[in-house]
Amino acid sequence: MRLVLNQRTIDEFSWVDFIIGVLRVVIIALIIIGSWNTLASGRFTADQWISLVISGLAQGSIYALIALGYTLVYGILLMINFAHGEVFMSGAFTAVFLAEAFDRSGFLNGSPLLAVPLLILFAALVSMSVAILLERIAYRPLRNAPRLVPLITAIGASFFLQYTFRGLYGSGFKSYPTVDALRGSFTVGSVTIPISQMVVFAAALVLMLGLYWLVERTKLGKAMRAVSENKEVSALMGIDIDRIIVFTFAIGGALAGAAGVINGLYRPQGVNFFMGFVPGIKAFTAAVLGGIGNIPGAMLGGLFLGVIEAIGPNLVLAGLGIPGANQLKDVIAFTMLVLVLIFRPQGILGERLAEKKA
Amino acid sequence: MALLEVTNIHAYYGNIHALKGISLKVEEGEIVTLIGGNGAGKSTTLRSICGLMKPRQGSITLRGEDLMPYKANQLVSRGIAMVPEGRGVFAKLSVTENLELGAFHRSDTDGIVKDIDYAFTLFPRLGERRHQLAGTMSGGEQQMLAIARALMARPTVLLMDEPSMGLAPVLVETIFDTIGQVNKEGTTILLVEQNAHIALQVAHRGYVIQTGEIILSDTAQALRRDPTVQKAYLGID
Ligand SMILES: Nc1ncnc2c1ncn2[C@@H]1O[C@H](COP(=O)(O)OP(=O)(O)O)[C@@H](O)[C@H]1O
Ligand SMILES: [Mg+2]
Repeated sequence: MRLVLNQRTIDEFSWVDFIIGVLRVVIIALIIIGSWNTLASGRFTADQWISLVISGLAQGSIYALIALGYTLVYGILLMINFAHGEVFMSGAFTAVFLAEAFDRSGFLNGSPLLAVPLLILFAALVSMSVAILLERIAYRPLRNAPRLVPLITAIGASFFLQYTFRGLYGSGFKSYPTVDALRGSFTVGSVTIPISQMVVFAAALVLMLGLYWLVERTKLGKAMRAVSENKEVSALMGIDIDRIIVFTFAIGGALAGAAGVINGLYRPQGVNFFMGFVPGIKAFTAAVLGGIGNIPGAMLGGLFLGVIEAIGPNLVLAGLGIPGANQLKDVIAFTMLVLVLIFRPQGILGERLAEKKA
Repeated sequence: MALLEVTNIHAYYGNIHALKGISLKVEEGEIVTLIGGNGAGKSTTLRSICGLMKPRQGSITLRGEDLMPYKANQLVSRGIAMVPEGRGVFAKLSVTENLELGAFHRSDTDGIVKDIDYAFTLFPRLGERRHQLAGTMSGGEQQMLAIARALMARPTVLLMDEPSMGLAPVLVETIFDTIGQVNKEGTTILLVEQNAHIALQVAHRGYVIQTGEIILSDTAQALRRDPTVQKAYLGID
């Protein structure tokens, strides 16, 4: 994924530079014009904007949890695990059956404070196991292969997982049962915040703080940081590199699985074997946005993408007179990915990719 | 039986025959130096001992135990620590974190804390910079850190790959003084150097390696007077 954009000579006139420059100006102009029109028309009140931002943060915190898996693995192996969306799916899809059982037995709504964390834990364990198997079977044998090889394998693994789960659970859609305790909303000042959004955000935050603590404060985290800097010297410290790599996949997988259930609390519908694809690409976008390999970057990138998705269509697209702007959410995310790759491939917090030795 | 015995090792990079039957011994308490020019096979010898690469032939033993079956990370707890060529400090980790990683295989928390304090008395500069990221320090300070970090493993034999590389002469003096001190306090050292002059000052014995073969071995004193060594490595005609 090395993007060689910085090695052009300055004095040479290049059409690529010119087109990129024009593109930059056009995009900025469109954003300004669109936002201006929307704000001038007074289509939304301030409170409505705040609500949009809050829902964006909730959605973004789910992206952030998944994005961490991409970034952790990239940080250590300089490899994009394109099957990570399927790791997310495997936990989310499997846990939906447990959630249904909990619902039927009355446990889910009887003691949601116990049932929901149990579901999260269960999904985390499932996704963690899938991520570990993926590393062992698909990636480890290719550790020393050229970089394109594991990338292609990841895409293959992604299809393999999709169709395995389709074989296991069928191709129909399922949905998470509703948790009554998450139904209502509460009001701060004049802004109404759905409880589900608060819980999603809080749960994601707790997991992210946990990860931060793990990476910054524990011996394992120190070893992870060491391995991501220099594998050979890490081995000289007595660190078992293979073990650290497995741990990294396991942690990324667990976060993705947890995100699967948290996502189900927020958007119960659409659970099937293909459900990992779009969140996977969006989380990848978030990771790139924050600077791939950078942990706080993935968190910020996820939140940022969530908020942009929530307000972007209403703010910019609607202001440009584009009909049905809200249905264009996904376009925003993918446009962001392309723009970031063109204008700032190192992401918000990332160092230049070229600095990292391949 | 010597503490560390390397017997007739042959190592290859693809088809390149980098070590053609190297043998050397290090006795308990010694500083032994391996000197030789660029590309002679010094690093390859150390990398073979510390497990970063596996010789195709020969044997390496520490206190009689065969080290060949073990990987680099398994050799640390068996008594081998290495200061790698070019220092290899973890740039984005703090000085203290680098030292803690040196003690990765240990679980005696109190002992580790004591040894970090000891590292800071050995190299006061590191103590002043304990919270600083290693990558922001000067080359000399990074070399001190690399040595201190290797000592944190409490090695039976400390391997050092060209600690003088890229350092100003004054700093080289300081660092080699400390190497002498560490040895007097009981650490056995195998020191690889291109700077034969300083290496032969601090070492007890030495080996001279050339294109993958040991061509000479003697006490450091004798090597300093040897005409071949004087001509080729000490710049004396
Ligand atoms: N990674 C490598 N690939 C191929 N050849 C190598 C590699 N590392 C070292 N060599 C070769 O092995 C020989 C010994 O190298 P080395 O042990 O690094 O020498 P020294 O440390 O004495 O400078 C040299 O001829 C060098 O070119
Ligand atoms: Mg060398």
